[in-house]
This record gives sequence, structure tokens and C-alpha cells, in this order.
Amino acid sequence: MSPDFVIAAIMTVVGLTTPILLAALGELVVEKSGVLNLGVEGMMLIGAISGFAVTVFTFNPWLGVIGAAAGGALASLLFAVLVLGLNSNQVATGLALAIFGTGLSSLIGLSFTGRIVPVFGSIFPDALARHPYLKVIFGYSPIVYFALLMVPAVAWFLHRTRAGLILRAVGENDHSAHSIGYSVVKVRLAAILFGGAMAGIGGAYFSMVITPMWAERMTAGRGWIALALVVFAGWRTGRLLLGAYFFGILMALELYAKAAGFSFLPSPFWAAMPYLMTVVALTFISARESAGANAPACLGKPFLPST
Amino acid sequence: MRLKLEKRPEPSTLMLFVTPVASVLLTMFIGMVVFDLLGINGFRAVIDIFLTPLLASYKWQDVAVKAAPLIIIALGLSVGNRAQVWNIGAEGQYIIGALCAAGVGIAAGTAGGPLVVLVMIVAGIIGGMAWAWIPAVLRTRYDVNEILTSLMLVYVAFQVLAYLVGGPWKDPNGRNFPATAPLQPSQELPILFPGSTVHLGVLIALILPFVFWLLMSRSVFGFQIRVVGSAPQAARYGGFDTKRTIILALLISGAMAGLAGALEFTGALGTINLGFPSNYGFTAIIVSFLGRLNPIGCLIAGIVLAVTYVGGQVAQTTVHIPNATAGIFQAMMLFFILASDILVRYRVRLVGSASSAQGVKA
Repeated sequence: MSPDFVIAAIMTVVGLTTPILLAALGELVVEKSGVLNLGVEGMMLIGAISGFAVTVFTFNPWLGVIGAAAGGALASLLFAVLVLGLNSNQVATGLALAIFGTGLSSLIGLSFTGRIVPVFGSIFPDALARHPYLKVIFGYSPIVYFALLMVPAVAWFLHRTRAGLILRAVGENDHSAHSIGYSVVKVRLAAILFGGAMAGIGGAYFSMVITPMWAERMTAGRGWIALALVVFAGWRTGRLLLGAYFFGILMALELYAKAAGFSFLPSPFWAAMPYLMTVVALTFISARESAGANAPACLGKPFLPST
Repeated sequence: MRLKLEKRPEPSTLMLFVTPVASVLLTMFIGMVVFDLLGINGFRAVIDIFLTPLLASYKWQDVAVKAAPLIIIALGLSVGNRAQVWNIGAEGQYIIGALCAAGVGIAAGTAGGPLVVLVMIVAGIIGGMAWAWIPAVLRTRYDVNEILTSLMLVYVAFQVLAYLVGGPWKDPNGRNFPATAPLQPSQELPILFPGSTVHLGVLIALILPFVFWLLMSRSVFGFQIRVVGSAPQAARYGGFDTKRTIILALLISGAMAGLAGALEFTGALGTINLGFPSNYGFTAIIVSFLGRLNPIGCLIAGIVLAVTYVGGQVAQTTVHIPNATAGIFQAMMLFFILASDILVRYRVRLVGSASSAQGVKA
């Protein structure tokens, strides 16, 4: 294997990993607060089209990313109103959001098909970003570095701040958190909006970085992989990063197997691996109940205060 | 003056019936407004999506053929949902069911006839059950969340399909297109009306709701399902085997999804390609909620959702909107029905100034 091939392979893996890492980080915070939002795929698509649309109008990809985050958050607000305001079933509401986001993004995208947008310039000098070897570190879109920075940021927030502690308390025992005076609904609303914004940025990575154009359903099911990733990681931030790159490698193997460059196993095998591994990992987690690596106790349950 | 929610002692039967209808009507209205805002002829879009398939008689067979799998899958899911068991992997069980039927068809070679078709369908049912058995066992033995596992297995099923139709089962005469060889006529389900596409599966979808209604309202099993779902503590005191009920609920929903897949393959399509999964398994979740988990409700809701599927294709050609936009309407119906649940369980009261004055004093 030539060094060029290795560098291209690494850059492929990073590109495949970034959107699922972003969406999964958001979903991790949502699930830590005790809410299961299955609508990640829909929020990613809404983010992809809103980011694209904002960039088309402003010619500024940075504003585009902000638009993507806003679009994703707005989509998640719909979910939040139903789930938190009206205590609707989280599973069904999340699925509805996934279907809704797919449809709405296709509809809005009608007027953006065939348009192209300006792409991000490199944040590093060209000497580094275009260097044949150093580009493996410096040659990415700013979104990639943002995603990597968000990993320690989310870990720090969840485990080193008071707000993070409250969020986890709400996810583990909503009634206790409520009885000592924390607003379960407000905490969960904030978590859901953050999850939506992160999924939106993850979606924008498709429409603004991977292929700077709009195509219907362009996230191609990665929202579901992001959901799997949170579970695969056992709801832990560090493992989420490792898991994201592990899934990224599996997705790259699928691509290479499909392109038939090399394949000792057919591409569907690699495509199925993230989901199969998630089922296996979830079984281990649930069977062992190992400390810390477990589902938040209130995950998916509606909060009905007695008073 | 403000609105206050009061819990009803009993869920409102009136609201149980009124809210699904209101959800559909509200969806049509909001859809019209939203489409107009997006610069699309909203009135025309809503008419085409919701009414054209009902008014144009040549569309009826399409509606019937699309409704059949939705109704059958939703019936099974409703059983699970009543027991608070969340199988959201019906799409995967549907795919595996169809693949099992196809496997039997391929193994049978040129043999055909009613017996072979029957074996194909039974294989589909068993396949769907087997796929649902995985989350069932993981849930009851290791306490693994069935929502997550059943969903993950959908995507595994996609890849099983992709592997089979792209490899071992690929039609040798298919110009390298990833699809199974078309079924020979002797292995297909009989057509009910000559010259139409309405196959035997449509009749099955019309009969099954009544079977499920009997099962749920007149049998001990139906009673157990309802008790396990609404009062798990009582179920335990009553000596019901909760684990057995959960497994049965998941197996029934898997069996129905597998049956739907086998019927769709042998009755409607005759071949399996990468486009075979058409989200029926997910849409059926909407059907079961819109039908209020009631078998007869599922029958009606299945027809409504099938209309939007067919109507979505109509609108694609008349107002040039993407096929996926029918999904907007389907999701909106589910949003409204979920939102309106609160009206079934609670009563909305206008609280007068008297009580707010009390609030000030306190």
C-alpha cells in the first residue's frame, strides 16, 4: 500500500465519521437527559437543506452551518413540544420526525436542486492543508475540527459542570430531580434542542462538504447509524469517539468493497456490521450492567409529575 | 383565565373516535396552507393526495394493494403496542419474510401450484417471526431494550437483502441488475378479479382485522396482553407470565410483518430488488396509532395511509412535488394523533378568575 493510498483512506474515514460523530454527540446528550429521539435522520436532512439554503443566499458557509444548526434545532423543537408539552409517545414521535424531516427536506430542496455553493476555505495555511502528507492532519473542513473539539466539550459538560450533573440527574431519576426543584421539562428541552442543532450540523456536512450540492435523502440513513453509535458506546463520550471511528472504518470498508478495489467480504457485510455490533454491544451492556456504561434509567419514559 | 388539564377517570370514548378523524382533516388543512407558503398549489396537492385515489375508480386497485401490507403489519404491531412492547423493526421482519418466501420459491424450481405458494407464505411468516424472536429473547433474557434492537435489525435485514439479490439469488438473465428472477405464474398468488392487480393478499387483509378483533376482545390471550400493557403489577399478581406475553406479542407482530412481506412478493411484485423495502413497516406504525390500536381501526387507517401513498404518486405528476412529500402528510397525521392523545386522557377546562385570585392569595 502506497502512502498516498493510506492518506486517502484515512481522509475517507474521517469524512465518513464526522457527520455521525456530530449527530451522535447531540443524541448522547438527549438520551442522557432521559429522552429517546429517534428522529435523527430527519433532523440531519433538515439541517442539510437549511445549511445549503442559507449558504446559497449568503455565499457564506459559516452562516450556512449556523443555519443548519438552527434548522436542526427547529425540527427538534417540534419533537420537544409533543413529547414534553403533550407527553406523547417518544418512539412514535421520533419516527414521525424522521419521516417528516425526509419529506420536508425533499420539498424545500426542490428549488435548490442543481445549485452549487461556495465551500469552506481551509483554516490552515495552504502549505499545511495541501501538503501531500501533512494534509492528513490539516486538510479538512472546519466542521471536522469542530466535531473533534465537541467530544471533550460534551464530556466536560456532562461530568465536570453543575448543569451536566443536573442533566444526568434528570435522566436517571426525573422525579427526584423534580422534587428537589429542577425543571425536568426545561432541562430536557435544552438537551433536545442541542441534539437537533448537532444533528443539523452533521447533516450539513453532507450538503456543504462531502458533495457541495443538494440531493434528496442525501444523508443515506446515517442518522440511524448515529443512533446505533450512542448505544454502541454505552452512553459514554470517550467510547463514542472510538466507536465513531470504528464505524467510520467499517463504512470505508463498505465503500472500498463496493468499488471492488479490494474485497475479501462483500459490501453488504460491512454495511450490516455497525448495526450487528450495536445489538451485540447492547446485549453485553444490559447483561453485565457494568458501572457507568448503561442506559439512562428514564430513557424513553414520559415524565408525569404527581403534583 | 387559563386552560387547565383535568385527568379523566376513564379515557374518553368519544375522543378516541373523533381525534383520528380530526387529525386527518387538520393534516389536510395545514398541508394546504404550508404548501401554498412554499409556492406550490396546496389545494391541488391535498386534493390529489387525499381524494383523487378515492374518486378515480382506476386507482382503487392501487389503494387496495398498498393497503394490504399496511393493515396486516399494523394489526400485529397493535398487539405489541397494547402490551407496551415496541417493535419498530417490522420493516426488517417484512423484508426477511419476503426473502424466505423467495428462498422457498427458488428451491422449488419449476414446481408451482397452491401447495408451493402456501409453503412460501408459511416460510415468510416463520421468517418474520424468527427476525422478531431475536429482540424478544434479548428483551426477556437479558433485559435488552427491544426498541433499539428491533430497529438495528431493520438495517441488518436491508443488507441481507442486498447481499442475496446482488449475489447468490441474482437473476442470471437479469443483465447484471441486482434482483431475483421474476416468479413464474404458477408460484404467484391468485388474482381476485381477472385483469386487475388485486391479489388474494387483499382479501386476507380484509379478513384478518376481524380475526384480531376476536382474538383481542374475546380470548384470554387478548385480556393478558391488555393487562400486561396497562397494569404490569396487576398482571404479576394475577399470575400472568409477563415474559411469555412479551415474547408472544413480538412473535405475532413479526409473523404479521413476515406474512405481509411474503404476500407482497408473491402477490404484487413477483421479484425482489433493492427497491423492495418501501417503508411499509414504518408506515404501519402510523397506521396502528391512527387506528387507535384497534383491529378495525387499523383496517380503516391502513386504507387512509394507502390513499396518501397512491396520492403522493398522483401529485408527483400533477403538481411536481417529490414522492417523499406524501411522508410529510403521513408524519403530520401521526403528530396530530399523538398530540390529541392528551384529549383522550384529559379534559380541558377553562379556569375562571376565581381560582387565579386564589393563586394570588396563596
